[in-house]
Amino acid sequence: MCGTCGCDDPAETRTVLLEQDVLAKNDRLADRNRAWFAEHGVLAVNLMSSPGAGKTTLLERMVTDLGGELAISVAEGDQATRIDADRIRAAGGNVVQINTGTGCHLDAEMLAGALPVLDPPPGSVLLVENVGNLVCPALFDLGERHRVVIMSVTEGEDKPVKYPHMFRAATLVLVNKVDLLPYVPFDMPRFVDAARHVNPEVDVLPVSATRGDGLDSWYAWLRRAVPTAA
Amino acid sequence: MHELAITQGVVDAVTERLGDTRVSRVVLEIGRLSGVAVESVRFCFPLVAEGTPLAGARLDIVEPPGRGRCRRCGRETELVDPLAVCPCGSADLELTSGRQLLVKRVEVA
Repeated sequence: MCGTCGCDDPAETRTVLLEQDVLAKNDRLADRNRAWFAEHGVLAVNLMSSPGAGKTTLLERMVTDLGGELAISVAEGDQATRIDADRIRAAGGNVVQINTGTGCHLDAEMLAGALPVLDPPPGSVLLVENVGNLVCPALFDLGERHRVVIMSVTEGEDKPVKYPHMFRAATLVLVNKVDLLPYVPFDMPRFVDAARHVNPEVDVLPVSATRGDGLDSWYAWLRRAVPTAA
Repeated sequence: MHELAITQGVVDAVTERLGDTRVSRVVLEIGRLSGVAVESVRFCFPLVAEGTPLAGARLDIVEPPGRGRCRRCGRETELVDPLAVCPCGSADLELTSGRQLLVKRVEVA
């Protein structure tokens, strides 16, 4: 007889209620990271985009432009190679490379492992360059304060409705490569409509990491978000 | 393919709670707004379960629709996918359900 309900199921199985959140382990570690950032007065920003949107170019530029004013640490996520970390280091940045192997996203445990190595000082910014992918990283909380999606004008203005989870979780979208606008058919108002359709509160800033357009606004946004020293 | 990591999370969650107990059936609840492809989870499950107490277990997945409250008209509405909008036309919805990713229950032999 079945041990749960008394039926005559010959398999004699027993049902165990679990009600267990599958992401609970990652969320727990993310909360621990969040507490660490709060305690150390560090602003953590999770940067996400498709491959080739210009994350690393933007980071190189930021390290150069803000180096004297704002301490910046970078956690570089890629499936393989140290190429991106070497680029950031060459620009003068404090950087750790995280290789995910077959993994398509960073998780909270990987970032936790990078923190003692980076040791970001109080009042500084930790920029996490997630694996280039508009799908998987959306699901994994790293303990960051903000999620910023970087997309480039060559990707087309309908990206937010094609990848709603990614855009819904963002505080800000940086639309990169606006220096290419004369050469590609990208409709900025249509893009803003698409982004607000999935995320009515999202901010959008057009930038060019190579030519410098819009970077002052992005840096002002970052400065406002940095915790003031206690 | 974050479903591979998600499915690994399912197996970990079960073995953490039940240790070496043989599991014959797993019931998951994956909300329609969770961003998880159910077919990929079905594909990954036997591969991830291999060599664990979940090997050979039957996998059942319940997919409840989402619910959201419209910030414009206040109506509570059912959402079948992440792009669904309120009947009033507004996309400004506060999601109240549909993003869950749960191991509901298991059957042990």
